[in-house]
Amino acid sequence: MGFLGGLLIGLAGAVMLLGLGRIAGVSGLAARAIGLGSGMDSRAIALAFILGLPLGGALVAVVRPVSITFPSSVVVLVVGGLLVGFGTRLGSGCTSGHGVCGLSRLSLRSMTATALFMAAGFATVAAMRALGWT
Amino acid sequence: MRGLIALLAGTIFGAGLALSGMTDPARIRAFLDLFGAWDPTLAFVMAGAIMPMALAWLIQRRLPRALSGDAFALPGTRRIDAPLAVGALLFGIGWGIAGLCPGPAIANLALAPFAVLPFLAAMIAGILLHRLWAAGR
Repeated sequence: MGFLGGLLIGLAGAVMLLGLGRIAGVSGLAARAIGLGSGMDSRAIALAFILGLPLGGALVAVVRPVSITFPSSVVVLVVGGLLVGFGTRLGSGCTSGHGVCGLSRLSLRSMTATALFMAAGFATVAAMRALGWT
Repeated sequence: MRGLIALLAGTIFGAGLALSGMTDPARIRAFLDLFGAWDPTLAFVMAGAIMPMALAWLIQRRLPRALSGDAFALPGTRRIDAPLAVGALLFGIGWGIAGLCPGPAIANLALAPFAVLPFLAAMIAGILLHRLWAAGR
């Protein structure tokens, strides 16, 4: 299901790019949707895309069980959320914008960002494991 | 019409995340956990996502504008600077800690709404902090 789900994600990116001329970058669209984006892009487009994310998740959950296991610590979620919010804005993108859209465009910027956030993710989980926080 | 296209794209995106298991923080952390029971799924998801997207970029180069009539509003691809690097590193640390990035976090509003709220509230606070910090520079 991983590859098939991936195809859908790429298809969604293609619809945004060819249909609307926009990058399907979730961090940028989320910031725009809540009125905290950069630039003058359409807020309606961002809001509609962001609303679609839980809608799509709900549609899948209707036809097959979706397993979700959250970290038990609220501190972990809050610290993670702060870093993800600040970091994606400072770095101009996340897994979707840099990872999916940027890598497929062979963007040097996005290849650099993706290599760095992947490396940081691996290192963070390894460090947490070493410290016994997993 | 533009709103409908964006809603369609977001819905397909959210469905892809849920179908591939990427809405599960435990699976993201299992991918990032090289010294544990490694779960390669995220790599297959990325491979699957990049294929249609690479095709879309090939088509994009031959189009004068998007199908909606809008001009392409695309970021530059070459400039590599400190904010890009520091931002990506901070994001990666947060991603590793919680097992969530923005897309799956928002899709979880439908799948685990109460569990994801602390993360989403903090993520919005992080976006706001960046906005304030950038405005003060």
